[in-house]
Amino acid sequence: MSVETERSSTESSAVSGLDFEDTALTLTLRLPGSTSSSSSSSPDPDRKRASSDADPDHSPLTAAASSDAPPAPKARVVGWPPVRSYRKNALADVVGSSKAKQAAKFVKVAVDGAPYLRKVDLEAYAGYDQLLRALQDKFFSHFTIRKFADDERKLVDAVNGTEYVPTYEDKDGDWMLVGDVPWKMFVETCQRLRLMKSSEAVNLAPRAARLAFLKERGNFALLRFFT
Amino acid sequence: MTYFPEEVVEHIFSFLPSHSDRNTVSLVCKVWYQIERLSRRAVFVGNCYAVRPEHVVLRFPNVRALTVKGKPHFADFNLVPPDWGGYAGPWIEAAARGCVGLEELRMKRMVVSDESLELLARSFPRFKVLVLISCEGFSTDGLAAIASHCKLLRELDLQENDVEDRGPRWLSCFPDSCTSLVSLNFACIKGEVNSGSLERLVARSPNLRSLRLNRSVSVDTLSKILVRTPNLQDLGTGNLTDEFQIESYFRLTNALEKCKMLRSLSGFWDASPVCVPFIYPLCHQLTGLNLSYTPTLDASDLTKMISRCAKLQRLWVLDCISDKGLQVVASSCKDLQELRVFPSDFYVAGYSAVTETGLVAISSGCPKLSSLLYFCHQMTNDALITISKNCPNFIRFRLCILEPKKPDAMTNQPLDEGFGAIVRESKGLRRLSISGLLTDKVFMYIGKYAKHLEMLSIAFAGDSDKGMMHVMNGCKNLRKLEIRDSPFGDVALLGNVANYETMRSLWMSSCNVTLKGCQVLASKMPMLNVEIMNELDGSSEMEENHGDLSNLSKVEKLYVYRTTAGARDDAPNFVKIL
Repeated sequence: MSVETERSSTESSAVSGLDFEDTALTLTLRLPGSTSSSSSSSPDPDRKRASSDADPDHSPLTAAASSDAPPAPKARVVGWPPVRSYRKNALADVVGSSKAKQAAKFVKVAVDGAPYLRKVDLEAYAGYDQLLRALQDKFFSHFTIRKFADDERKLVDAVNGTEYVPTYEDKDGDWMLVGDVPWKMFVETCQRLRLMKSSEAVNLAPRAARLAFLKERGNFALLRFFT
Repeated sequence: MTYFPEEVVEHIFSFLPSHSDRNTVSLVCKVWYQIERLSRRAVFVGNCYAVRPEHVVLRFPNVRALTVKGKPHFADFNLVPPDWGGYAGPWIEAAARGCVGLEELRMKRMVVSDESLELLARSFPRFKVLVLISCEGFSTDGLAAIASHCKLLRELDLQENDVEDRGPRWLSCFPDSCTSLVSLNFACIKGEVNSGSLERLVARSPNLRSLRLNRSVSVDTLSKILVRTPNLQDLGTGNLTDEFQIESYFRLTNALEKCKMLRSLSGFWDASPVCVPFIYPLCHQLTGLNLSYTPTLDASDLTKMISRCAKLQRLWVLDCISDKGLQVVASSCKDLQELRVFPSDFYVAGYSAVTETGLVAISSGCPKLSSLLYFCHQMTNDALITISKNCPNFIRFRLCILEPKKPDAMTNQPLDEGFGAIVRESKGLRRLSISGLLTDKVFMYIGKYAKHLEMLSIAFAGDSDKGMMHVMNGCKNLRKLEIRDSPFGDVALLGNVANYETMRSLWMSSCNVTLKGCQVLASKMPMLNVEIMNELDGSSEMEENHGDLSNLSKVEKLYVYRTTAGARDDAPNFVKIL
C-alpha cells in the first residue's frame, strides 16, 4: 500500500498540473549562502525570466538551481497560491484601471454663452457623477447639480438661475442626452460635450416626442428637417 | 438550582459568555434545557449542513442573532465546484416562519439570492444587522430591498462579496426616516453610487462609526462626508487619484484632521503616490491599516506612511513593501499584533519581494505579534526558529511560500524543524497553515506540541499516511482539517474515526483516498456526511461494475462533516453522499 502511495504522489502532482521531479534526487552539494536568493532584497532576474515551460536548462544556474528552482516555474496550479478570487479580481481591476489611465480621451466641452471651449479627459472619471462634478469645477464653480427622480441630471447656474443640460455628440453625429447609456459605452462613443441651455434641450427628447412637439408648435419647416 | 424561579436561572445563564458554555448547561436536565433554549439570543452554526434550519428555529424561537457559515474554506481558492451548495434560502425561510424577532444575520461563504434578501427585508420588523462575507448570488436589487424595508437598520456590512451590479439605485432606497446607521460597508460593490444620496444618508446618520466606500466615490464626496462624521472610527476611502484639483485634497486633509476618533483606515485602491501625504495627519492615531488592495504604491510610499503609524496594531499590505519596508515597520510599529502580507503576483513561482529576512525583522521588532499571514518567496529553518523565539504568542500562523515544496533556501532541507519550533514555542496556537518542503516529521511535531490547534491547512506536504495520523492522534482540539495534494490515503482517513465526531469538518483533495476508504468511513460513522466530488469521472462511472477496480479509484475531492441533518437534498450531480 505504501509503495502505491509513493507512486501515486507523483501521479497526483501531474494531475494537479505540476511536473516536479523528486527534489531529493537532485540535491547538490553547495556552500550555504551561495544561492542567488541569499541576497534577499534584490530581485532575482533569473527567476523572473524563467517564464517558459518546465525546462531546467533555461536557467543558467542549471544543476545547482534544480533543487531550488524546480521545473514548471510559471505552471498554474488550481487554487495556488491560496488567495481569494475576490482579491485576485479586485487587484486585477485596480491594476487595469491604473494602466488604462495612460490612454486618455480628451473631448471638447462647449457651454452655451461661454466665450471659449475647454477640454476634459473622459478616461479620468469613473462615472457620470464625477464627470459632472468636474464640469462644475472647470466652468462654473457656483453651479450646483440638481438631481431629479428619474436620474436626469442638470447643472444650474446659481447666479442667474439658468439651467444647463449636459449633452454630447455621438459617433453618428447625433446630439444625445448625457446619462442614458452605461458609462463605458458613453466614453467610447462621445465625441464632444455641450452644456445646452435647458430651454433648447427639448430638442433632445425621443424622436417621436420631438416630432409631436414640433407638430404642436406648428413648426413645419423644422419638422421637414427632422423627417 | 431547580428551586429557583425560571427567571433567576435565566438571568444566571445570561452571564455565560460562550456558545459552548450554553450548550453544556442545556445538557444538565430537562428544565435547564427548556430555560436555556427559550432564552438563547445568539446561535452560531459553523456548517450550514450540520443541522436543519427548521430544527434550529424550533429549538431557539427567541433567537436574535444568527450566524451561519456555508462552503468549506477551500472554496475561496476555487477548489469547490460552483453550485456545490451553501444556500441561504432555507435559513432565511425557516427564520421567517419561526423567529420573527430576528435582529441580526451574519453569513459567510453562502449563496444568497435577491429573493432571499427580499424575504429577509420583509419578514423581520426589528432587523438591525446584516453581515455578508464572501457570499455570492445576489445583486444590488437585493440590497435595495434591505435598504427600503429595514427601518431600524444599524449595520450593513458587505465584505468581499461577489455582487452583481444593477445600478446605483440601491443606496437611494434608504428612506429619509432611516437615521440609525452605525456601520455601512459597500467596498465590494463595483458600480457607481449616487453621491448626493450618499451625502444625505451620512448627514442623517449621527451614529455612524464605520464607513467603507467603494472605488467610485470621489475625493470631493469623501471630504463632504467626513465633515459630517467627526466620530467616525473606521474609514474605507474611495478614489484617491490625482485627476482632481489640489483644493479637493486640502479639503480632505482638513476634514480628516477633525476625525479624532478615526482608528482604522482601508481602501486606497489605485491611489496615486501624490495623494498619500494628505493622509499623514491621521497616521499617528491609527491602530488598523489595510493597504492590501493598493498595488500602485511602492515600498517607499508605503514606508513613508507606515513609519508615521506608531500605534499600529493591525497591518495588511502587499508584498511590494519588500523586506526593507518590513524592517521599517518593525522599527516603527512596536504594538503590532496582526500582520498580513499578500502576494501581488499570482503565478506559482512568481516573484515576491519578501523573504524570511522581512519576517525575522518583524518578529524582533514586534514581540506582540500574534496573528500572521505571510506570502513569501522563500523561508529557512533558522529564520523560523528565530521567529518562534521572538514571538511566542502566536494564535494564528499562516505561512505560504509561493512555490510548492520549496525547501529551506539556505540548506535545501525540509522546513520541518522551523515549523516544529513554531508549534513548540507558541503554546496557544489555534490556527496553522504550512507550506514548503515538508516531511512526516513536521506532523509529528504538530501532533506532539500543537495541543490547542483548532484549524490546520496542509498543501503539498508529507510522505505517508503516518503524517496525517500524527495530527489525528495528537491534536485533540482540532476542529477543521483541510488537506490538498498530499500523499495521505485510506489508512490515515480511517486511522482515528472517532475524531470526526468532535471535528467540524475534513477536506481532502488530490490525495490518495479511494472510494472504498470513503465507503468504509461512511458505514462506520453514520453521523457523518461523506461527500465525494469527482468532476473528472462523473458519478455514473462510479456505479459501473468493474469489479474491485472501481473501489480503488481515487477520490478527487472529499468533504466529511458531522451532521444531525442526514444527507442533504440540495446536492448537485457531481456530489455523491455515501
